[in-house]
Amino acid sequence: MEALDSLFHGFGVLLTAHNMMLMLVGICLGILVGVLPGLGGPNGVAILLPLTFTMDPTSAIVLLSCIYWGALFGGAITSILFNIPGEAWSVATTFDGYPMAQKGEAAEALTAAFTASFVGSIVAVMLITFLAPWIASFALRFGPPEFFAVYLLTFCSFVGLGKEARHKIIISLTIGFLLAAVGMDTVSGELRMTFGSIEMLRGFDFLVAVIGLFGISEILLAMEEHLAFKGQEAKIRLSVVWRTWLTLPRYWMTLLRSSAIGCWLGVTPGGAIAASFMGYNLAKRFSRDGAQFGKGKIEGVLAPETAAHAAGTSALLPMLALGIPGSGTAAVLLGGLMVWGLQPGPLLFVEQKDFVWGLIASMYLGNIAGLIIVLATVPLFASVLRVPFATIAPMIIVSCAVGAFAVQNAMFDIWLMLGFGIVGYVFKKIGIPLAPMTLALVLGDKAEDAFRQSMIGLDGGIGIFWSNKLVGTITTLALIMLFWPLIGRAIDMIRGSGHASPASAASSESSRP
Amino acid sequence: MSDDPNAEVDPALVSTRSVEVVVMALLLCVAVFLGWDNWRIGAGWAPDGPQAGYFPFYLSVLLGGASLVGIASALRSEELRDEIFVGRSAFGRVLRVFIPTILFVLLVQLLGLYVASFVFVSAFMIFIGKLSVWKSILTGLIFSGLMFYIFDMQFNVLLPKGPLEAAFGF
Repeated sequence: MEALDSLFHGFGVLLTAHNMMLMLVGICLGILVGVLPGLGGPNGVAILLPLTFTMDPTSAIVLLSCIYWGALFGGAITSILFNIPGEAWSVATTFDGYPMAQKGEAAEALTAAFTASFVGSIVAVMLITFLAPWIASFALRFGPPEFFAVYLLTFCSFVGLGKEARHKIIISLTIGFLLAAVGMDTVSGELRMTFGSIEMLRGFDFLVAVIGLFGISEILLAMEEHLAFKGQEAKIRLSVVWRTWLTLPRYWMTLLRSSAIGCWLGVTPGGAIAASFMGYNLAKRFSRDGAQFGKGKIEGVLAPETAAHAAGTSALLPMLALGIPGSGTAAVLLGGLMVWGLQPGPLLFVEQKDFVWGLIASMYLGNIAGLIIVLATVPLFASVLRVPFATIAPMIIVSCAVGAFAVQNAMFDIWLMLGFGIVGYVFKKIGIPLAPMTLALVLGDKAEDAFRQSMIGLDGGIGIFWSNKLVGTITTLALIMLFWPLIGRAIDMIRGSGHASPASAASSESSRP
Repeated sequence: MSDDPNAEVDPALVSTRSVEVVVMALLLCVAVFLGWDNWRIGAGWAPDGPQAGYFPFYLSVLLGGASLVGIASALRSEELRDEIFVGRSAFGRVLRVFIPTILFVLLVQLLGLYVASFVFVSAFMIFIGKLSVWKSILTGLIFSGLMFYIFDMQFNVLLPKGPLEAAFGF
């Protein structure tokens, strides 16, 4: 088992005092980020990215990925205790988590949520451990047309599988691409869309965009809804943890189902948000007493948390193996890779063994450590929300400004961040999704380069995307994804049944995240 | 959340439909403008493949098309017309955080980040949060000091500094 050997090598890299310390710091910061409204996975990681510029890449990725795990755990705390989803992917957790807390079962709900998250992550990490090297070796055969086809697949699945109106997803994608194209054209050296401005010459850094779109806009939204945090008390006793764990084997089917959904949606860029809703809805449908859902049923906590974490974790698989992130946070981590001077993609597995396997090993250890830390520190982090919002809000804004500035040491970027904040606020309110924009911003240049390089090759026609079996399959798959809603409707018509697919059921229940 | 029992009725400032139409129209303008600019630098097909403006030009076309669809569907929707984009008092609260933020960024340019964040945090707590003065000033001081310690002294991240830091020789 080559993967296992590499994994043990990874543990060897990870088990230094320095890296272990970073892991703990990362998890605590991550939980804090997950608990605070206005800070989430993507922008939490983006803000802290500048701190890692001087670290070696392995330590840096350990710190950042642990922030990500922590954020995934932290989101559940506010959902269950305060009925406020700290993260969009924990919206579905509030449906049953908060009623459980109201019934005085907060400790059970929290234990269930954290354990479910843990299970979901571990399943996804195992998937990464065994699948990533295989995909990477496969991807070594990729040329520009294949890469463009994979990018196309990513963007088409966004349009085809997204729950928002299609034209809004397309708007979000094209804006991201256009922003990515601003500045110097990498192929011809010509200036595009700079309009004579020197500031525009650098192009738009997606980290600045992420901080504005997700951070500043969240603060504005939180302020608008004048959050009054009235939470349930939480203290987790060890006996409760044991009792809850003993009941969990009964729900193995729910856990398994949600893990599978999560892994699938994480690898295709459906993301953790869609996964959590889908996990919840399917658990409700298959449960013997589905009517009890929403009134404080433990399965209603287990299902979305498992799916969200499986998705959040497996989103790193395409990032590592292909250099294509499966989620917003994965996109930020990818940006980090480039800052540290690593070229994401299949060659990473050959050239940067320490880095890749150190990261994968940290996924195992980070999740175990995360589970223990989060169980032990819930009361502490819950008390953070009792601090007046007028204290937290300016601190978050300052952190955002620091993050935006430090990317390129540019004052202009702080103003840009504010601009993106307004855009994010308006877009969120009129239902234009932000994740496609972020992904397009990161991948825009690479997708364009891949396209143009394929065109420069052989015959210079669209035919190149069907020139061999591999690229042809991916391109066709991309088109199927793009037209999936139409195809799905056609299948339904042929069957003559009117019932909706699980995906559309999920979309009807999800509100603005 | 929305099912807050004592939520006062907040008169609408603007409906979601109006905002959506305006945003879509703005996007259409952006699309036309960018499309024109990219057409100018060449959106055709050179012997060695697509020209520099090719990709962004067609993206602009796509953006324009999608925003046209957006205008049409927003105008047709009855539901959106009655949906409140933001209420008057809610918008007031948004401004109460946004305007100080703009002032904060201006202060960063004048006084450097650390002094500006001290002023911002303390003033925000006093005037917006109506918290006690000494607590607010103490919080601001601790926060700024901590930021300085972490970023400047531990991680060597250079953030904008102003006259105060210069006076202390940093």
